[in-house]
Amino acid sequence: MAGTDALFGIHAKALEVRQQRMAMIASNIANAATPNYKARDLDFSAALNAAEEGKDAGSALKYRVPIQSSLDGNTVELATEQTAFAENALAYRASLSFLQSRISTVTRALKGE
Amino acid sequence: MAGPLSLFDISGRAMAAQLVRLNTTASNLANAGTVSGSEASAYRSMKPVFHTIMDGEGRATVAVDKIATGGAAPTKRHDPTHPLADKNGDVWEASVDSASELVEMIETARQYQNNVQVLQTAKGLISETLRMGQ
Repeated sequence: MAGTDALFGIHAKALEVRQQRMAMIASNIANAATPNYKARDLDFSAALNAAEEGKDAGSALKYRVPIQSSLDGNTVELATEQTAFAENALAYRASLSFLQSRISTVTRALKGE
Repeated sequence: MAGPLSLFDISGRAMAAQLVRLNTTASNLANAGTVSGSEASAYRSMKPVFHTIMDGEGRATVAVDKIATGGAAPTKRHDPTHPLADKNGDVWEASVDSASELVEMIETARQYQNNVQVLQTAKGLISETLRMGQ
């Protein structure tokens, strides 16, 4: 595990946490019309710290505070969720491209080109 | 179910639930203004009741609990010439609120589209991850 971290830095773990956050935001979007559903999100830096220390990310799970509360007790705001999802997807892609360039760098070094 | 809910389960089930909602809206709109010979047999608008299916790590999806029938009571109209009129000459008209059903339809379509978008983005990211290092 330590060897992987030396090679790929934080990005392998970051990808894992991003994936987890994507599932959470997808859950919020799925429950956009469910009465009394409370939207949840992941505190990314806390979850990443927990993942690096090999701990459970349970304490990084937070409830979303709605900008405008609704009568049916649902706290999902689609605009908020959509932007969070887009931001998260972009960050996932960023980590992915860091990993990809790292892999190609190492591959090139190994080939001795 | 074995294993935690995947992104595809979450969005897929939500799409199924939204489709049920769209079906009930279509039924309501189709039966707007239908006439019946008794109050009991008159059409009453339907609405699905959603509930959350929780899973660990903040994952959750949605399912349809039941289809609730209710809404406004049918309106009685005195029309002795109507072929369905009872012995008092009354018929019952289904009171479907077409405007609110149309709004419901648009909202359902938007939320369905949102889930499709989530699925598409996730699919793209996963296949990119699969190609990593190639």
